Amino acid sequence: MDFPSTQFVPSRMMGTYEPIHQIGMWGENFKSIGNPSISASVIVEVDNKLENESETASHEMPVPSCKHDQEASKPFDKIQRRLAQNREAARKSRLRKKAYVQQLESSRLKLIQLEKELEQAREQGLYIGGGLEAGHLGFSGVVNPGIAAFEMEYKHWMQVQNRQLGELRTALNAQISDIELRIVVENGMSHYFELFRMKSTVAKADVFYVMSGTWKTSAERFFSWIGGFRPSELLKVLVAQLDPLTDQQIFEVCNLKQSCQQAEDALSQGMEKLQETVSATLAAGQLGQGTYFPQVAMAMEKLEALVCFVNQADHLRQETLQQMSHILTTRQAARGLLALGEYIQRLQDLSTLWATHPREPA
Amino acid sequence: MDKVMRLASEKDVVVFSKSSCCLCYAITILFQELGVTSTVHEIDQDPEGREMEKTLVSLGCNAPVPAIFVGGRLVGSTNEVMSLHLSGGLIPMLKPYQTWC
Repeated sequence: MDFPSTQFVPSRMMGTYEPIHQIGMWGENFKSIGNPSISASVIVEVDNKLENESETASHEMPVPSCKHDQEASKPFDKIQRRLAQNREAARKSRLRKKAYVQQLESSRLKLIQLEKELEQAREQGLYIGGGLEAGHLGFSGVVNPGIAAFEMEYKHWMQVQNRQLGELRTALNAQISDIELRIVVENGMSHYFELFRMKSTVAKADVFYVMSGTWKTSAERFFSWIGGFRPSELLKVLVAQLDPLTDQQIFEVCNLKQSCQQAEDALSQGMEKLQETVSATLAAGQLGQGTYFPQVAMAMEKLEALVCFVNQADHLRQETLQQMSHILTTRQAARGLLALGEYIQRLQDLSTLWATHPREPA
Repeated sequence: MDKVMRLASEKDVVVFSKSSCCLCYAITILFQELGVTSTVHEIDQDPEGREMEKTLVSLGCNAPVPAIFVGGRLVGSTNEVMSLHLSGGLIPMLKPYQTWC
């Protein structure tokens, strides 16, 4: 969006600016922003703001004093001071305006995003207050904004992922230096860490969404363990692709695999305990009486722990990636990332193929 | 403060927990698998539980439980233990306290 800030360079004449001229310009620019109904009220506000300031500015305009026949320095100083104050007021006004405009810009972007989400919800046949669709939308039929935001971000994440895989492929085939390859590898790693951050945020909004892996394809979900891949499974896929490894590396990878397995077992058992706890809480008291809100409320409290487990599982995935990058050479790490990315792509293709291949009629 | 440190140094591997905490349970399972018997203190069952919780948070734990002490020194919470384990640092730390048959 072009904001012709150059038009607001203050006139250097008296240290004041020409507010009337600028209000008009500012208004023009707002009309081009988008939603005209918003900008109309904004223009009014903005105009009022500027007008008030121009009034005070003009009040502070130095009027030639009739006392100029007294010490010549005094009124001159006064004039200088007033000029400085004008300049300061003008500068502050410009800064305030800038901040205000930035605020408007971000609100506008937010509005566009919300409109998109609403559009998506409508396309899926769901309306606020209507619709009996179940799934991750709940009874009210309103799309959880945290989920909607995540799905948009994930789409973008996948695009970047595919681009990075292409870069990895090119980098491995070309004769680039280790340092340059390291950068490509670091980008790939950071990208996964970004995904874990995104998942952590949406887990707070709806942990069941993360647990069910709704945003992933069906074949990916088949392998789901606490909201994602089992780190030890990924290691199995990776290691086969990384020959030749030195003896030291084989030793370290073996240890890593074993530690992963142990950590996963511990978390799995913790999850089982959580299931038992929730189930026991829910089933407490007599079933069949028809009044059960206390049990449901208590069970909800227990269920909060699920967020911790999802975070721990992702932490495990992240640590596994980190450790592998320490054990492997840069080149091996690059091949590993590429292998991992392509493995996931194959899973996604499997899902598509499965969904579209003709089946025997029931 | 005193109670936490006292309990932490009484036994080799100490885990501060809450009776409903399943993540704490997961940590004790991990220690078990590594051949270590951990002593679990459930601070929600302790009359001074509130104070202990404050102490644990002030020691730098993100969540008051689980808080793991090995040899009287604070290792951290679940994150720290998992990171340590994956980087190969947990087993050496637990070696003196392993009780394999």
